[in-house]
Amino acid sequence: MATIKVYVPRETAAISVGANEVASEMERRAEQAGEEIQLIRNGSWGASWLEPMVEVEVGDSRIAYGNVTTGDVAGLFEAGFLEGGEHPLRLGPTREIPYLANQDRWSFFRCGLIDPLSVENFQEHKGFTGLEKALADGPESVLSAVLKSGLRGRGGAAFPTGIKWRTVADAEADQKYITCNGDEGDSGTFSDRILMEGDPMSLFEGMAIAGYAVGASKGYIYLRSEYPITYKILQEALDNSRSAGWLGENIRGSGFDFDIDVHLGAGAYICGEETAMLESLEGKKGIIRYRPPLPAHEGLFGKPTVVNNVVTLASVPDIINLGGECYAEYGVGRSKGTLAFQLAGNIKRGGLVEKAFGVTLRELIEDWGGGTASGRPVRAVQVGGPLGAYLTADQLDIPMDYEAFSAIGAIVGHGGIVVFDDSVDMAAQARFAMEFCAIESCGKCTPCRIGSTRGVEVIDRIVAGMDREKNYNLLVELCDTMEDASLCAMGTMTPYPVRSVIKHFAEDFGAEEVEERVNE
Amino acid sequence: MTAIPYDKDYASELIARHGARPEMLVQILHTFLERFAWIPEVAIRQLAEELNLSRADVHGVVSFYHDFRTTPPGKHVVRICQAEACQAMGSNSLSAHAESVLGLKMHESTDDVTLEPVYCLGNCACSPAVMVDGDTFGRVDNRRFDDIVDAMKGTD
Repeated sequence: MATIKVYVPRETAAISVGANEVASEMERRAEQAGEEIQLIRNGSWGASWLEPMVEVEVGDSRIAYGNVTTGDVAGLFEAGFLEGGEHPLRLGPTREIPYLANQDRWSFFRCGLIDPLSVENFQEHKGFTGLEKALADGPESVLSAVLKSGLRGRGGAAFPTGIKWRTVADAEADQKYITCNGDEGDSGTFSDRILMEGDPMSLFEGMAIAGYAVGASKGYIYLRSEYPITYKILQEALDNSRSAGWLGENIRGSGFDFDIDVHLGAGAYICGEETAMLESLEGKKGIIRYRPPLPAHEGLFGKPTVVNNVVTLASVPDIINLGGECYAEYGVGRSKGTLAFQLAGNIKRGGLVEKAFGVTLRELIEDWGGGTASGRPVRAVQVGGPLGAYLTADQLDIPMDYEAFSAIGAIVGHGGIVVFDDSVDMAAQARFAMEFCAIESCGKCTPCRIGSTRGVEVIDRIVAGMDREKNYNLLVELCDTMEDASLCAMGTMTPYPVRSVIKHFAEDFGAEEVEERVNE
Repeated sequence: MTAIPYDKDYASELIARHGARPEMLVQILHTFLERFAWIPEVAIRQLAEELNLSRADVHGVVSFYHDFRTTPPGKHVVRICQAEACQAMGSNSLSAHAESVLGLKMHESTDDVTLEPVYCLGNCACSPAVMVDGDTFGRVDNRRFDDIVDAMKGTD
């Protein structure tokens, strides 16, 4: 009898709910039953609510079983799960699970599908063909395809990637760098992590293409230290890619040299800001830099540097393969392509949903997410991380589109969607926004460093009913000052969630006069 | 890996493994944490000397990053996520439960346990999340927290 392939994810969320133990139990039971299985530790498909999700290969398809615990394994074997047998946890073919089937998987199409550490498996699914094509077509062709694709930075700032690359390509220097920002600090976001754990070689491929296009031979991945499993996977995948000749000197005989190092952050949220990240990569405090000069002109060690998010870089290989125009056909307006939305917080079916821009927030929360985990009504949704506005249950029909969000004082950011039910105290959330800024501010500029601490105090006074009118005005003024005068997004955008609470949830400040003012 | 007491010669070797380059300071400090569990004052002096930096430079970096603790942690480190996604799933009450079970306030330490807040473990679809000795746990309610703590104590 042929060896049966069984997949159990080696991915943080799956492991956090028992995937490693399930994997061991699978091997033990298989041995006991005299069945020969090949256990593959794949990445996650992103349906985190079903983790640990185990799959078994039956013929041409893979049959999934969701929320498997060690206690279920014996029963699964009895039910003939190695042949895809019926069982209460059986979900059917993975490809037909509606949560996955209805997505537009572009950047994440290999996540869950492949063994993240296998170069061979990666290449069976188009891996490194983008790099091969780039090396054949030349740097100009790569730059033009990326520009045409309309790809914008997926880290949150949404700057056109093609323009950034062109600037670095045009800069004269003896050394240039490609840096990948994997400091995914926003609460409610985990798409970078899922990609790095499930398909790390697509990131390496994207970085190598970027290096080839702009003339850089060295790349760095800056990874947050809260992701220890990701760190191990990246290291192992890098070793395998180098051994196969896809990284290092003279890649596949092309004459192009490119290699990548992984550097760990150390628990500072601000290092997700690109200039703070560069300082940290240089071994220094993560204090932001004045701009100009832009990193594209003077970045890492003063050299021209591309700074891109993980998903941005991983989107590039297929843009090269299929052409920029093809990517630009997805999406709406100036928001081209897809974004990996992340459903988090109080949601029944949390996980990653890659969809073309234009899908509505309601579709994501209701159709994919299934509403709140608690079963209570949705009251507030924070989109775009701790610097993103809170939206109300009445605003859910908004399309996911950078410009549409900007028009209502909100952000799409890195695509994190955190749902709260009606038990949330929004004054406490506004206070937390200021408190988080006080904890994580790098301290370089006064409005952010001091303003955030004063913000906490002012909100405390409003909630306590002390000089409400006066303190309310002060909070509004403080938000203006932080927004106008801070040096980076930490200070300028901390007011976004605070303002959204003032505007839509003022009743939680416990002040009628405040409500009246807002409604004027 | 069990932590060992700070050892100057070994520290020197670890610095050399990173090429004794000042731009590797953050990475070297991570290696120190892994081996020695914390960053004592003597390490700051030694790093300054061997990387040709001022003590102020090294102290600045150590104090800037949340990870680089300058006091010895307990045998186990329990970190509870306090960020928005976990808040939405009751991390505040989980934190209160943890404080009462462990008999510690956030940021406090005994020889056995250190209890700390953390702002996002990237496990936001399985909130609330907790990290114990570097392992992440998801969907942690009070009962599951107690089981995790029991298992943690069982490893002693």
